[in-house]
Amino acid sequence: MQWTELIIFVLLFGLVTVLGFVAARWRAAESLDHLDEWGLGGRKFGSWITWFLVGGDLYTAYTFVAVPALLFGAGATGFFALPYTIIAYPLVFLPVLRMWSVSRAKGYVTPADFVRGRYGSSLLALLIAITGIVATMPYIALQLVGLEAVLRSMGFNASGFLGHLPLLIAFVILAVYTYQSGLRAPALIAFVKDILIYLVILVAVIYLPIKLGGWGQIFSDAQTHLTSTNPATGKPFGSTLLNSNNQLQYVTLAFGSALALFLYPHSVTGVLASRGRDVLKRNMSALPAYSLLLGLLALLGYVAIAAGTTPLVNNATGRKDTNTVIPELFNGQFPSWFAGIAFAAIGIGALVPAAIMSIAAANLWTRNVYKEYIRKGATPRDEAKQAKLASLVVKFGAVLFIVLIDPQYAIDLQLIGGVIILQTLPAVAIALYTRWLHRWALVAGWAVGLGWGLILLYQIPNPATKRAHFGGSALALDKLNILGWQPFEGSQVQIYVGFVALFANLLVAVVVSLIIRGRASNGTDETADSDYHVDEHDENLRPIAAH
Amino acid sequence: MSANKPGGRASGLVFNPWNLVLLIPFIVLLTPIYNRQSPELFGMPFFYWFQFLVIIVGVASTITVYRMTKKAPVTRAQSETSDVDTLDEGSAE
Repeated sequence: MQWTELIIFVLLFGLVTVLGFVAARWRAAESLDHLDEWGLGGRKFGSWITWFLVGGDLYTAYTFVAVPALLFGAGATGFFALPYTIIAYPLVFLPVLRMWSVSRAKGYVTPADFVRGRYGSSLLALLIAITGIVATMPYIALQLVGLEAVLRSMGFNASGFLGHLPLLIAFVILAVYTYQSGLRAPALIAFVKDILIYLVILVAVIYLPIKLGGWGQIFSDAQTHLTSTNPATGKPFGSTLLNSNNQLQYVTLAFGSALALFLYPHSVTGVLASRGRDVLKRNMSALPAYSLLLGLLALLGYVAIAAGTTPLVNNATGRKDTNTVIPELFNGQFPSWFAGIAFAAIGIGALVPAAIMSIAAANLWTRNVYKEYIRKGATPRDEAKQAKLASLVVKFGAVLFIVLIDPQYAIDLQLIGGVIILQTLPAVAIALYTRWLHRWALVAGWAVGLGWGLILLYQIPNPATKRAHFGGSALALDKLNILGWQPFEGSQVQIYVGFVALFANLLVAVVVSLIIRGRASNGTDETADSDYHVDEHDENLRPIAAH
Repeated sequence: MSANKPGGRASGLVFNPWNLVLLIPFIVLLTPIYNRQSPELFGMPFFYWFQFLVIIVGVASTITVYRMTKKAPVTRAQSETSDVDTLDEGSAE
């Protein structure tokens, strides 16, 4: 047991717990009994809070643990996270403003609310909501993987139920204050999380290269190791540069991930909680500060190679857990008090997104399933109550996932989640601009994209971990099989599965739209053109938390 | 809510040429131009420091668009009135 680290971790964890409970009274409204308040923090966050909240939301503990682990294991391909977060903001700069405005004008809380209003279709909204919930659940479970990697590095590496107990305690605390304070809790905690993370990473990327002989030495050590033969596959682990077969994968994964980023319900929650369009525009320029951080952090994967770090064996699964690489690097290279701060940063970093994600999933359940299909007459007070309960269910579902099922499945499902959330792009993002795609065409495209994406993912093996299915998201073009026709037979060039599935989705949506336009009703659009330009100081603005 | 909001606020699709600046950071998707070892910077291969550099390009592009479109007089796009969507009954609330 690492006592110094543990004491610092517990102290900082205690601090954010207090903040989590105090948050209920922070800039409080008269009551939290409305989703605008509990689920969106009163729709009044300014630039700074939005920056911390959305940053804490998108750059999760799992990202901070998994991205360096990717570079550690496979080299340059893992660095896709940087171009991904570079292009995400210019890409969404304009659509996000339209989403905010129309949601502010019409009181939408979830992306599925928007789809329902735009197409007058509760079925399409239901499909979008379920896709969102299914994509978010494993993402929450992954935050637990990040948290558990830290807990195991601190010595809580028991097998069986006892090994999961610290995780369970941490999550019960989180669940209780999220229940009470809603979105205000992660918004307040995000301040602590980000200050700690920035501190830790800046120290690490300055101190470690000096200690290990400079970046030149680190890159050359990494290259030597990566190009050596991996005994599991008989091929090199990777390289610090891309090769001719994985460049397309690198680009399509970066682009596909950027497209998916703001389709995730928790990203939309962060966006809708902001006060106005100006706040969002400024954040599109300020959020890349986190990308810089992520890029530097990713390089710690190479630092870990140069430092000779070895990942821990997870005693619950009996396998080497590469997600422990970064915690182990801090364990080995820093005094234990600093490692304690680093672990707290990662641990608290798991709580913020987990809270926002569970709130987003709860909002979707409440607005697009419960109110739509179970209790049509639900008042705003009923909605808030239902969402609070749903947030508890979602969180404990995620804990059960980790405790009862192999965490590897959470990682597989997260992979699938990225591919399926991308299939909501036509109905959510394109619909912000036009209703040209017909609502039934959107349903058809969604079904094809989702189905084909899943089939392709199922067929991808991973020789390094000796798995036959769900081995990754990189598909060799050779395997691309359209009803028996293989357009790229023999090609070993890889592409991101989500991209292929989205292409099929769009193609089907366009073709079906051309066929059925004018023959079937395209629903009633309750939004007006002017709704997409509404801003915070407009006259006649819809009151927040109106009953 | 009326279609023409007070204060000359836009409705429909508004296009400003400055928005095209948002395309510049997408050069980071052209891997062949930077997938190289040299020139190195502080011992870092070109592949890595080039991408770090594009973060700054991305920030510059969003700041430029924010600044340049802030007080631009907004006009209704011509296509908007002839758009099929406006024919749908729900467009005017």
